[in-house]
Amino acid sequence: MAAHAFNTTQPPPRGRRGVWSLNTPTITILFLWSLVPLLMTLWFSFRRYNLMAPDRIGFDGLGNYRYLLTDPGLALAIWNTILLLGAVLAITIGLGTVLAVLFDQEFFGRGIARVLVLAPFFIMPTVSSLLWKNMMMHPDNGFIAFLMRSVGLKPIDWFAVVPLTSIIIIVSWQWLPFALLTLLTAVQSLDAERKEAARMDGAGPIAMFRYIILPHLGRAIAATTMIETIFLLGIFAEIYVTTSGGPGFASTNLSFLIYRYVLQEYDIGGAAVAALLAIVLANILAFFLMRSFARNLET
Amino acid sequence: MTLSYSKLQRKMLMTVLAWIVAFLIFFPVFWMILTSFKSETEAISRVPHLFFSATLDGYRAVQEQANYLHFAWNSLVVSLGSTVLALVFAIPSAYSMAFSPTRRTRGTLLWMLSTKMMPPVGALVSVYLIFRDAGLLDTKTGLLIVDALANLPIIVWMLYTYFKEVPREVLEAARMDGAGPLREIYNLLLPLSMPGIVSTSLLAVILAWNEAFWSLTLTTSKAAPLAAFIASFSSPEGLFYAKLSAASTMAIAPILLLGWASQKQLVRGLTFGAVK
Repeated sequence: MAAHAFNTTQPPPRGRRGVWSLNTPTITILFLWSLVPLLMTLWFSFRRYNLMAPDRIGFDGLGNYRYLLTDPGLALAIWNTILLLGAVLAITIGLGTVLAVLFDQEFFGRGIARVLVLAPFFIMPTVSSLLWKNMMMHPDNGFIAFLMRSVGLKPIDWFAVVPLTSIIIIVSWQWLPFALLTLLTAVQSLDAERKEAARMDGAGPIAMFRYIILPHLGRAIAATTMIETIFLLGIFAEIYVTTSGGPGFASTNLSFLIYRYVLQEYDIGGAAVAALLAIVLANILAFFLMRSFARNLET
Repeated sequence: MTLSYSKLQRKMLMTVLAWIVAFLIFFPVFWMILTSFKSETEAISRVPHLFFSATLDGYRAVQEQANYLHFAWNSLVVSLGSTVLALVFAIPSAYSMAFSPTRRTRGTLLWMLSTKMMPPVGALVSVYLIFRDAGLLDTKTGLLIVDALANLPIIVWMLYTYFKEVPREVLEAARMDGAGPLREIYNLLLPLSMPGIVSTSLLAVILAWNEAFWSLTLTTSKAAPLAAFIASFSSPEGLFYAKLSAASTMAIAPILLLGWASQKQLVRGLTFGAVK
């Protein structure tokens, strides 16, 4: 049980105050790292502050809030953030589970195949995005366009027609290897004897997957969801180098909306309100995720 | 005989299936590496060729026109520096939680992780303004500090799970001999958990090397790492596919090798010890 692992039967610290205090520096800087930005953001959210007009600085009440709430991009940005998170989680974990079972089978060259499959995860986001944008999805020179032309189809301009879907494809490609590897590790930790026993009892491949493998994967899925969520909420570079959030706001998520406010419009007040919103959204998700993750910890 | 035959058949089928999947997933990377050896005109050919006369022009151009090594140096300094900085904080912290757990240890660990849930953009406004006033914008020091802070929770967690595996008795014996905590860490814990510390460092280097958000927002040119340099190809002039591919291949090569070497530890590290 989780509680058991932490409330160990090991003896208490025995007055070794020196040891506990070794944790203080980390706690202090992490506390500051999370609190100072929050407080500053809160402060700026009530102020009129544009970096381009430093003389017009002052208290603005709820002006920024009103401005942001009437921003046509806001609702779409929130929706895109959620859609991006949900779609990538579903694709990577769904496909990852199926592929984990496939890669658990014996086949020739398994080690090499595994190494190849893992590659996208180690590629920096700016590289993978530009790679997809120019060499895969480009309507003239892209490889996908070449494939479509060779079977007589008309190539599509991915980032203009389906911008968010294109980004979902790229991000899923980046995260599928991680989900696959994690789930594969979990599948492999499953007792060979249990699998054999189930097979003896006449379980077909589907029953095997449903009743033996899937229940075993709960913990790996919880952990994968957690770490992916951490990184997916902050997706930025993929949008920055491909669509710049467009056309219009079609592929703008909250991260990119805030970036637009700060470094394109220099509107610190507006950015602060949007940042608060992003923090609130992340905290709601964090609350549920941390609860389910903590339950799965150190069982 | 028939049994082993059908077994072989099954293995062949799995081999074909799995290799098709592996090839599809790896294909974009393969294509990029291939393109990096093409001439610019060959690279944008509407009917791509698998066979062509290879050239190193792309690689040469990237170094001569864009001073690739400048950005590679920045990446190296920032990723190694942030890793060392984070370890300085994380090792004592993970040590104290692993070997002197209190009622609050579990809560503290989860709280540390929850700080990571805040999307970096939530801190952008304040970090940007603080950095501007402190003169840290577009400096390696600034980026290095932010990367260290961003990775700290993951590093502490990972070290914690490795330290948990070191037998307490060994450290306690040292304690009887009158060794203080710092001595204990330095003389015993570090050597005993070296493999764990190495894999933690590898993961930290990978994360910092690939980090894009802070690199794009806090640096412009002087301190820009490779992640930001590559992004400059998003609004290029003229033919650039071979150059982009060459620059990208060089930027990902070291990390690909590190990553492949540490794939087992990677799962464990990024799932906080939940999957081993």
